[in-house]
This record gives sequence, structure tokens and C-alpha cells, in this order.
Amino acid sequence: MTRVLRDIRNNLVEFVRTFGAFQLFFLRLLRHSPAILGTRFGLVIKQVYNTGALSLVIIMVCGLFVGGVLALQAYSNMAVFNAEDWTGVAAHQVLVKELGPVMTAILFAARAGTALTSEIGLMKATDQLSAMEMMAVNPVRRELVPRFLGGVIAMPFLAAIFSAVGLFGAHVVGVELFQVDVGSFWQQIQLIAESEDVNEGIIKSVVFGFAASVIAVWEGYNAMPTAEGVGRATTRTVVITAISILVFDFMITAALI
Amino acid sequence: MRQTRSVEIGTGLFVLLGMSSLFFLTTQTTGGDDFKAESVYTVEARFENIGSLRTRAPVTISGVTIGRVTEVSFDPVSLEAVVHFVVDSKYDQIPDDTDASILTSGILGSQYIGLQAGGSDMYLEDGSEILFTQSAIVLENLIGKFLVNAGSGDKESD
Repeated sequence: MTRVLRDIRNNLVEFVRTFGAFQLFFLRLLRHSPAILGTRFGLVIKQVYNTGALSLVIIMVCGLFVGGVLALQAYSNMAVFNAEDWTGVAAHQVLVKELGPVMTAILFAARAGTALTSEIGLMKATDQLSAMEMMAVNPVRRELVPRFLGGVIAMPFLAAIFSAVGLFGAHVVGVELFQVDVGSFWQQIQLIAESEDVNEGIIKSVVFGFAASVIAVWEGYNAMPTAEGVGRATTRTVVITAISILVFDFMITAALI
Repeated sequence: MRQTRSVEIGTGLFVLLGMSSLFFLTTQTTGGDDFKAESVYTVEARFENIGSLRTRAPVTISGVTIGRVTEVSFDPVSLEAVVHFVVDSKYDQIPDDTDASILTSGILGSQYIGLQAGGSDMYLEDGSEILFTQSAIVLENLIGKFLVNAGSGDKESD
């Protein structure tokens, strides 16, 4: 009995310790960020390319279909009230405020986060990080911070592209397929949508950018330096990012409403 | 060299695409103010009931937006709602016996002030008050009246 209790206590302590170490790691990344932005901007650009530009295909294709399916659902349900003109509004509000940032962050974790984690994990497994330390190069500064910043910069753009392409998808389904009048489709959006709606989406995507990037980098940096360890870390990146994104999403929405 | 070039082009395209998406979302889809005027004059109108009219609601004449509601308050003495709205100074020849009513755009839409031009030779100017007003139609009151009428109608037919 006492052994069980002791195990629980040890696990709890271990959980709190990991959480604290994670926070310190985040602060460490932030502390190095201004210097890297100022002196090694080339490294950051390379990571913006890796995390952002290379994610464009998945983001745009998913955005197109999510926007389309939103318009399908909105149209078929609004038609009951003869309110087909609101198809665009429904798609716009859902895309810009919720699905744009959230889906982008989860797709980002799947596409770019896993790449970051396994890359850093393999660097660790093949002792590249230790080698850097031997050469008096700080691996956190040289390898982790640019990857973190690349993700932070890329996420808001990706979310915006997702929403914009999604609106185009909604337009295709609503206007071309269901023959909603193109004027009322867009006019209704402009009438209802306010800049606060778009700002909410931007705030979310910035927060998600920080969360998804720091989790991916952290998991890679703390991966067990074995093939299995890197695999596990990659899985954990997706799971933890998805959970924390949705929790953050709830909290931000509740705070802004 | 080739490698960095394609990376730079890719990043540049990505950021351009992202920025234009942001620009599109912030400027093209949000209505914000479709009313812009260089100079305006303020007009006051008193209503018995303004329904759910709120500030920034449009003021239209013949369906064209010419102004915007700036202030909604309650006069404790006359027990009426006082609505202040601005009108673009371009439209300075609106007769002062114009009447204002609170209308709803569509069946679920937001409320706005619709002006119906009068025939006076005097024009509205800064600080003038619209004397003829018609309150918002509150759906619950309408249904209430309808039910009362329907109920009394039934009794008569009995």
C-alpha cells in the first residue's frame, strides 16, 4: 500500500518537475530569440521555409476542403430557414475564428512539428548536439532557437492562408454549386464580420504558433537518444500539441467573448 | 547557392501569400465602416422605442447609407430614447420635416434608421431634431397584439 502511494507521489513530483523544466526551457528559447533574430536571421529564414513554405500544400488543400464542407453544411441547414444567403457568414465565422487557427495548428504539428522533433532528436541521437558543445557552440542557440522562431513566424501566415483558401472553397460550393447569389454571399459576410473576428483568429494563431513550436522543439531536445526514443518523441509532439492547442483555444475564446 | 536561392524564393512566396491572405481577411471580409465622410453634421431624433438599435448602425435614405448612429441615450424627463446620428455633409439638402423610422434589414437582420424625405424648404443642419419618428417594431409586441386580436375575434364568432 505504501509503495503504491510512494509511486503516485513520485510520479506527481516527476510530472511537476517536467512541467517546470518545460517552462524554463521556453524562457531560455525566448531569452536567446532577440539575439538570433538580430545576428543569425538567415537560419530563421531557412526554418520559416522548412516549417511554413513546405507546409503550404497540406494547408491549402485542407483549407479548400474544410471551407467547402462548411459551406455544404451551412447551406443545407440554413436552407430550412430560407437563409441561404448566410452560408458565407457561417463559413467565414467558423473559419476565421475557430477552424482556421486550430486546424492549422494541428496540421502544423503533424507536418512541421514532427519534422522538427525527429530532426532534433536524431541530432541528439547521433551526438551532433554534443559535438557542437565540444566546439563551444551553444546547440540551443544554433539549432533550437531558429527552429522555434521559424514556427512562430510561420503559423499566423499559415492560419491566414488556410482561412482565405477556405473562404474560396466556401465560395465555390456556395456560389458555383448551390447558386447562392454571389453579391449577397459576400455582402452578408462584410455586414456581419467585424475586425474583432479576424483579430481573434490572429491572436489564436500567434499563441498556437508559440505553443506548437516550443512543444516540438522541447520533445526533440528531450528525446531518448535511440531510434525508439525519437519515434516516441514524435508521437508525443502530435498528442501534446493537439491537446494543448484545444485547451488554449477554449481559454482564449472564453477570455475574448 | 542554388539551394539558398530556392529557399529564399520559397520563403518569399510563402510570406507574400500569408500577408496577402491577412490583408484579404482584414480588409475585404470585414465590413467595418462602409460609411466614410470628410465632414458630418449631427442630427437628433427621439423615439418611443428603439428596439435593438445600437451605435454604428447605418442611417439610410432611399436605401443609400448617408450616416451612422453615434449615440443612443435615454431622456429621463420626456421618457424617450434619444438617438444622435451623423450625416455626411454632402447631403445638406434633406428637408427638415423628413421622418425617421427604425427598420430591420431582412427578417433576422440588424436594425437601422431609414429616413423618408419630406417636402419642406428648410433643410436639416447641425444640431437639428427630426420631429416625425416611428419606433422600432418589436416582434413580441406584434405577436401579443395579434394574439389579443385573434382571441377577441374568436369570441365574437362564438
